[in-house]
Amino acid sequence: MGPRVGMEVSIAVSRAVQLARAEAIAAYPITPQTHIVEHLSSLVANGDLEAEFVNVESEHSAMSASVGSAATGARTYTATSSQGLALMHEILFIASGMRLPIVMTVANRALSAPLSIWNDHGDIMPERDIGWIQIFVENGQEAFDHSVMAFKIAEDHRVLLPTIINLDGFILTHVVEPLEMLEQETVDRFLPPLTPYLKLDPKKPVTMGAFALPELYTETKMAHQMALTNSYGHILEVWREWGELTGRHYQPVERYRTEGARVLLLLMGSLAEVAEVAVDEMREAGQAVGLLKPRLWRPFPFADLRAAMAGADLVIVCDRAMSLGGAAGPVLAEVRSAFYPLAQRPQVLGYIVGLGGRDVQPQVFKDIVSHALKEIEQGPGEEFYLVGVRG
Amino acid sequence: MSKAWDQVTWQELEIGAVLTEPGSARAYRTGDWRSMHPVWDKKRCIQCGVCWTVCPEAGISEEPDGYFEMNDYCKGCGICAKECVTGCISMAPEEE
Repeated sequence: MGPRVGMEVSIAVSRAVQLARAEAIAAYPITPQTHIVEHLSSLVANGDLEAEFVNVESEHSAMSASVGSAATGARTYTATSSQGLALMHEILFIASGMRLPIVMTVANRALSAPLSIWNDHGDIMPERDIGWIQIFVENGQEAFDHSVMAFKIAEDHRVLLPTIINLDGFILTHVVEPLEMLEQETVDRFLPPLTPYLKLDPKKPVTMGAFALPELYTETKMAHQMALTNSYGHILEVWREWGELTGRHYQPVERYRTEGARVLLLLMGSLAEVAEVAVDEMREAGQAVGLLKPRLWRPFPFADLRAAMAGADLVIVCDRAMSLGGAAGPVLAEVRSAFYPLAQRPQVLGYIVGLGGRDVQPQVFKDIVSHALKEIEQGPGEEFYLVGVRG
Repeated sequence: MSKAWDQVTWQELEIGAVLTEPGSARAYRTGDWRSMHPVWDKKRCIQCGVCWTVCPEAGISEEPDGYFEMNDYCKGCGICAKECVTGCISMAPEEE
């Protein structure tokens, strides 16, 4: 296996992109994504990565250039955060609608206003419906692993969808962790060069991103929906292969101490590791509490989630973003809708934690569990709880 | 794609709705929503072709006899009638 090194997670992500032999990178620096693209820029400038690095003037251009380069059949990578992701918004739909296998890291950060450079999931949740594959990671090793795997998933001719790896800004991006890297030859065996399905080529002209009449637009959306839904099996295939290669196995919904659990916490991203500490302490105190960590946000793993929740009476969803003016956080809404059609379903309560970098300690999760248990005894309370808000 | 647009199923679409055959716009008669169309008075037409030149949509074709007629891509904008040197073009309402 590859060498074990201490490395900043951002550097590990750029190393993953280097090992994947990305051919085109178009990115604009934004905190906390900056170290990833700075390092990639150095790799290209120093001749350690044979790629075109396009210094664009905005994220709108970064994604537009990515669309262009992916359309010519180049392995394309970009990364962004927060306002940068928001600025990409309209092009994100174009990338997925044209089925271009771009890989993007989103170093999750809160959205303005007020200005915050700190971590939450407020940037990616408004991009829920862009039609990309969306994956969350909880530590540096996962960030490295999924950054390599994303190319293989996206470029599979049965998938052909752009893919986002979400990793928490600062909490992951700027932390030095012990990581197991892979050798170039191992990655080369795992990830063959990109074979374009269709590309812009003067020798065989095609029209990409043409218009669709009302008679056809619905069919294009159905085709996209089915492609994203059906990508599920191919994602798992890639993850299985990676598991055999590295011994690190990944699931659409990761479970932590869920055996016999009556209460399940559910959350995505790096806070899951904090919640694990709380679960350990609650288990030691005799409480049947477990933790679910959905890794795959799009396509949403409905069946895995239902299977993972069987036997639980109470599911506590911890969102890291709000749906302002709505009834629930984005993850809560999804989980509730997964269970509503079932006759036998657990109570599903929602808590919003860790907005704009607000620190969340294990005690917070213990308090949430006690609060939720009281709530279901007393009957329906609030639609959701904004944990720790003053006033 | 040989099938009519309104008959194509989602399974039959090329991935990414990419068009692999050139010239597919020819199959779409873009003029079918016009509410007015030009009518030429051949007694006054001098076959100068100004109407053909100024049409922004290639919606006017030259006929074998040297006169001009609108085609399926005319949107009825009326630029030809406005610019006609002899005033031989008038705009008539579209009828069912």
